Amino acid sequence: MILFLRVAVFVACLVPALVLGWNTWLLYSGAGGDLGINPIETLTHQTGQWALRLLLVTLAITPIRRLTGWNAIIRFRRMLGLYAFFYAILHLSVWMVFDHFFTLSTMVEDIAKRPFITMGTLALLLMLPLALTSTTWAIRRLGRRWQQLHRLVYASAIAAVVHFIWKEKVIIDETMTYAAILAALLLVRVAFAWRRRNLAR
Amino acid sequence: MLIRTDTPLPYSEITPESHYLNRRHFIRTTAIAAAGLVAGCGLDDPALAQAAFPDVRKGPFGTDEKQNSWEEITGYNNFYEFGTDKSDPARYAGRMTVRPWTVKVDGLVDKPGDYAVDDIIRDSELEERVYRLRCVEAWSMVIPWIGLPLASFLKRVSPQSKAKFVEFTTLMRPSEMRGVRSRVLDWPYTEGLRLDEALHPLTILAVGLYGRVLPNQNGAPIRLVVPWKYGFKSIKSIVRIRLTEKQPATAWNRMAPHEYGFYSNVNPEVDHPRWTQSRERRIGELFRNRPTLMFNGYGDQVASLYAGMDLKKNY
Repeated sequence: MILFLRVAVFVACLVPALVLGWNTWLLYSGAGGDLGINPIETLTHQTGQWALRLLLVTLAITPIRRLTGWNAIIRFRRMLGLYAFFYAILHLSVWMVFDHFFTLSTMVEDIAKRPFITMGTLALLLMLPLALTSTTWAIRRLGRRWQQLHRLVYASAIAAVVHFIWKEKVIIDETMTYAAILAALLLVRVAFAWRRRNLAR
Repeated sequence: MLIRTDTPLPYSEITPESHYLNRRHFIRTTAIAAAGLVAGCGLDDPALAQAAFPDVRKGPFGTDEKQNSWEEITGYNNFYEFGTDKSDPARYAGRMTVRPWTVKVDGLVDKPGDYAVDDIIRDSELEERVYRLRCVEAWSMVIPWIGLPLASFLKRVSPQSKAKFVEFTTLMRPSEMRGVRSRVLDWPYTEGLRLDEALHPLTILAVGLYGRVLPNQNGAPIRLVVPWKYGFKSIKSIVRIRLTEKQPATAWNRMAPHEYGFYSNVNPEVDHPRWTQSRERRIGELFRNRPTLMFNGYGDQVASLYAGMDLKKNY
């Protein structure tokens, strides 16, 4: 049963990338596609959006586990986290290729001088050690330090939401919704930690 | 199946002039009536609106660059009164009724009043102006506007000597503009120009596009186009023009004063605080690698307006 669910989740997470890839192919071959009038903006927005969504889903795993008692859900967290990283890499790639055409100097300038890009870079960099230590071997090897290292996911999620808010010209529903969801997910954890401390006394 | 074409109709240069003028007057009056009907229905079918401006001559300052398509120009818009997505105006602006429509002219003018947009069109020499439009978000298009020089309209209303600025206001009609319910900007949308910028021959009031009536999402029935400034200064769906002595408040400057200035001239050397302005993406191209031109390439025409001004301070 769990295996079936894991395969289903794996496929489901891949679907947005496949859809984007298919539409990009259509655009490239002159057959139109559904990427709209500014296809690069669509690709950038969609890849970033899925990275953020999957990151938030990853952060929801533990609260759901604690609230429902469904322990097996923890087995989905690594896959979802790695998928968030995957979409973040796609998002970065679109930016590197189409906004900067592989030009390192303009990329570095953007990262240094544009706060929202600094934030985005930070969010991705914080994900990198998490992705690299996602293997079972690393979990075993690092022991308790793994748990401490992976708290970086909170910082990464906050940086990602700030990156999105700072990119937009005005406050829009979309960014505020993500901010609200993140705030709720963080507050739940604070509530759990506080309760655990009180129970321990 | 409706036959759609993106090319404007050919100019009738071989017709005897008297016939040409009479026919032009007749066509224009019926076209205005038809346009009014079409626009009033909120229809955006280019085939139906095709005959709207049949005999418009090519105006000056045009560019030979490849023009963006009708689909691009009418499908990718910033018109926050209808929502903040680029596709929202095309989806929702149909609800806006554009007839009857008057432009209220007041302030420091000798001939204030409510000017019906159809009268403005009828009394003007319309021209095609193919301009670049550069959005502050670092994308741009090339658009074949149909319009009249703002200067010719302003001369008609006779600005007084104390007038130094022109303030424009967009329609604010919550029942037809769903975006107005959110306070993303301070409604109604206002913009402004210095009087010499307003009187400059480049500045036009646009009423059409690709030989057709201006679609609602592009700022029907009458909008400003100031091609050497960032696109948000080309205010849409104008309901009021006021001549003032003091510099008017403008919507984006009120929203974020250190990001959007009064002048907002296209300037690759002055970055937006949050992104660079040195390069842009021409819609239709994939790479953001077009170098942004000073004054959007209209420096020869307008640089003298700003001689001696620090454009980093007067952004």
